[in-house]
Amino acid sequence: MCDQTFVAATFGPCDSCSKPSPLMNIYIKNEATNYCSLCVEMMACQGLQKGETLESLKRESETLKKKLEEERNKLNDVECNVSVILCWPILIVWDAFTLNKEHGVPLPCTWVLACAYAPSGCAIACGGLDNKCSVIPLSLDKNENLAAKKKSVAMHTNYVSGCSFTNSDMQLLTSSGDGTCALWDVESGQLLQSFHGHTADVLSLDLAPSETGNTFVSGGCDMKANVWDMRSGQNIQSFESHESDINCVKYYPSGDAFASASDDATCRFYDLRADREVAVYQKDSIIFGASTCDFSLSGRLLFAGYNDYAINVWDVLKGTRATILFGHENRVSRVRVSPDGTALCSASWDSTLRVWA
Amino acid sequence: MTIRTARPNRAQHFQPRLYCLKKLESILLEMQDTKSGVKGTEQKLNITTIPHVIAGNDTIAWISNKMKTTTEEAQAFGTMLVAYGYIYPLQNHKKLVMCNDSSLYRFQTPYFWPTQKWVPDDSDYAIYLAKRNIRKKGVLEPYEQAHYNHLHEWLNHKWDFIVMQAAEQYKAGKERKKPDRVVFDCQERAYWMVNRPPRCAHSAMDCGPERLIDPNTDEKTTFDIYRRKNMFYQQAIMRSKVKSSVSLGALVKYITTYKNHDPLLASCLPSNPWQTDHDAYWTLNMRRVEVPTKMRVERWSFSLFELLSDLRGRDDFKIFLKKEFSGENLAFWEAAEELKWGTSSSMSTKAETIFKTFLAPGAPRWINIDGRTMGLTVKGLEHPHRYVLEAAQTHVFLLMKKDTFFRYLKSPTYKDIQKKALNPEPHNFSPANLEQNALNRSPGIHPIILWQQEEEEKAKAAAASAPVDVKAMMSKIDRKK
Repeated sequence: MCDQTFVAATFGPCDSCSKPSPLMNIYIKNEATNYCSLCVEMMACQGLQKGETLESLKRESETLKKKLEEERNKLNDVECNVSVILCWPILIVWDAFTLNKEHGVPLPCTWVLACAYAPSGCAIACGGLDNKCSVIPLSLDKNENLAAKKKSVAMHTNYVSGCSFTNSDMQLLTSSGDGTCALWDVESGQLLQSFHGHTADVLSLDLAPSETGNTFVSGGCDMKANVWDMRSGQNIQSFESHESDINCVKYYPSGDAFASASDDATCRFYDLRADREVAVYQKDSIIFGASTCDFSLSGRLLFAGYNDYAINVWDVLKGTRATILFGHENRVSRVRVSPDGTALCSASWDSTLRVWA
Repeated sequence: MTIRTARPNRAQHFQPRLYCLKKLESILLEMQDTKSGVKGTEQKLNITTIPHVIAGNDTIAWISNKMKTTTEEAQAFGTMLVAYGYIYPLQNHKKLVMCNDSSLYRFQTPYFWPTQKWVPDDSDYAIYLAKRNIRKKGVLEPYEQAHYNHLHEWLNHKWDFIVMQAAEQYKAGKERKKPDRVVFDCQERAYWMVNRPPRCAHSAMDCGPERLIDPNTDEKTTFDIYRRKNMFYQQAIMRSKVKSSVSLGALVKYITTYKNHDPLLASCLPSNPWQTDHDAYWTLNMRRVEVPTKMRVERWSFSLFELLSDLRGRDDFKIFLKKEFSGENLAFWEAAEELKWGTSSSMSTKAETIFKTFLAPGAPRWINIDGRTMGLTVKGLEHPHRYVLEAAQTHVFLLMKKDTFFRYLKSPTYKDIQKKALNPEPHNFSPANLEQNALNRSPGIHPIILWQQEEEEKAKAAAASAPVDVKAMMSKIDRKK
């Protein structure tokens, strides 16, 4: 997968300060070098050199951008419009399997924007307008006061919009309205890595499911979706084709692509290996922004929840809408497919959660 | 004159955030077109006639025709138009939905559209309520009365101004012609119904917390931003890319491989628990089941990643590796994963144990990696950090993926489990059975218990596979002699 290209030179001594640390590979005057993140920052912020002006840097930026587009287009030999036969099941609406409430944790913060379940099932993380992300260990004792064991792990300077555990309970990845994402050590609350690059609020993030599992994608209000390397903090790839805020990003099950849902009422599908957008899921009758998206287990279906209270189900390969699910009475804020792929759950501002199977 | 109130503004701070509204407006203009728009009629209200009235079913039919959608979708879209305040109902003005019958609606005047730059703030609302108060001689709806009292307290310092404004607007209103007056009153009432809905009513204007950055302001780009951008673009140009045909082909292949395993596309054996309320599917696919199902075993053959992510598959793989005496690769990979994802405080001890067990020359479970990687890793271990074993771990993983995995798929261990695997019969429930199932739903094992069981098993396995101390064994055998 993509991570394999970074194996060789990601760690070692920095070419500029010689300290061993995670390295970013960058190009200075067309020569490949490896710098640690501190040296990259220092280089970016050093004063204007002789002959450089703001205008000249801007022009250079634009030429490079055009060149990148040309390079991407050279490899675009096929569009995404494949026809494959498939058959349809029935859709029924249920509430959760036993309608039982397992745990209830009262929280002092009034707006919780993000929550995540730990891989072991023993803890949950939540965060929101309190600028923090806290981890709460769960217990089998139903009467135990879980709010007392709450532990603040992440501290941002603005609201926390998304959080996710990595492959274990010990690390937490958060995205925030202050434009950064960060990786935290749960036990000590220490910041392990921060990711700068968005110029506006970051609204969501998703971890790659690939075997080497070292990257994640984030989407923000600057209409960009960025792919990051968790080890060095480097922004590996960036996609800017949406026309409004990106509300949700989600990896394709194989880890080679991802989808994003945006306020411009479209969902777009980006291929990481070809480094470009390959499909746009839109319809004239869909005008209201998409706030969330998720793939089915095989990746054939993309479920997207919209602000017009409906969930549109897109056929990923054909690019057409397969069906539409009505039922909610207010905007759909999140949709998630269960890990075994048997059902879809949708959460809405009408205070209900619906399970579709 | 506006006052900044501390309470959250129901109409969003940055109006331009509502990207959808621009598109809505162009559709509305088309709808209002006299020739190709929605058919308008007149409504008789006592003696006055209100022009430009549209019926619900006409509107829905027009939308359905224009956007080529089903009636259900067109109705949902119509409801959105009403909820955002572009069209208002004449008969039941409190329920902001579009009904597919002959109920009457009117287009809202552009002055009151949500995209206008002025924000409906509290003093405007206070003036409106005061005006209503004068007109209806003190009869307001209960929620409006509650708002009125609150505003009276909150805006007490400018209450004279508010009352004066209300009286003036009331006088100006009286001077208008009756139909115009009725229309304006309806419009104003509809506007405030959308922007100050009664308690517990859903409002389309709710936009969630404010976003930090305003998309319309031009951020000044400084030189360091350009430098960063240039570095990024150069790196992006140089990175290797793949042709679309190749990568899209890979995606199609992935979908075709997993097609039969997707419960939403193909049938789920024995039955989807969410549809029939019977959790046989989950019990048959639990973590520590003796005999896995055929679908599960098939899934293990798709990739090494699938095999390792399913812990039951990993167990089976470990059995195979034990027979081949090459378990150290997987053990090293697992230990490296634990190091990577573990707590910061445990890192140095873990790194040391890993070095002693796997990497040191003459170690009991020495892994066979190339000299360069070994050199890099050992050097890195002098100052251990989280990703110090990355290179070695990837090397070992690739080795397993390219060689061991395929041998596993051809091995008798795998073929054996394939034969033994269960193929459950699809359930056939009658409606009475389904009802019974619904009553028998049980929560299943709590994930915490599962995790505790898993930890116990891991501890046992670690104790059992601890490197054999040859000398101790030999001395034991000697003593026995």
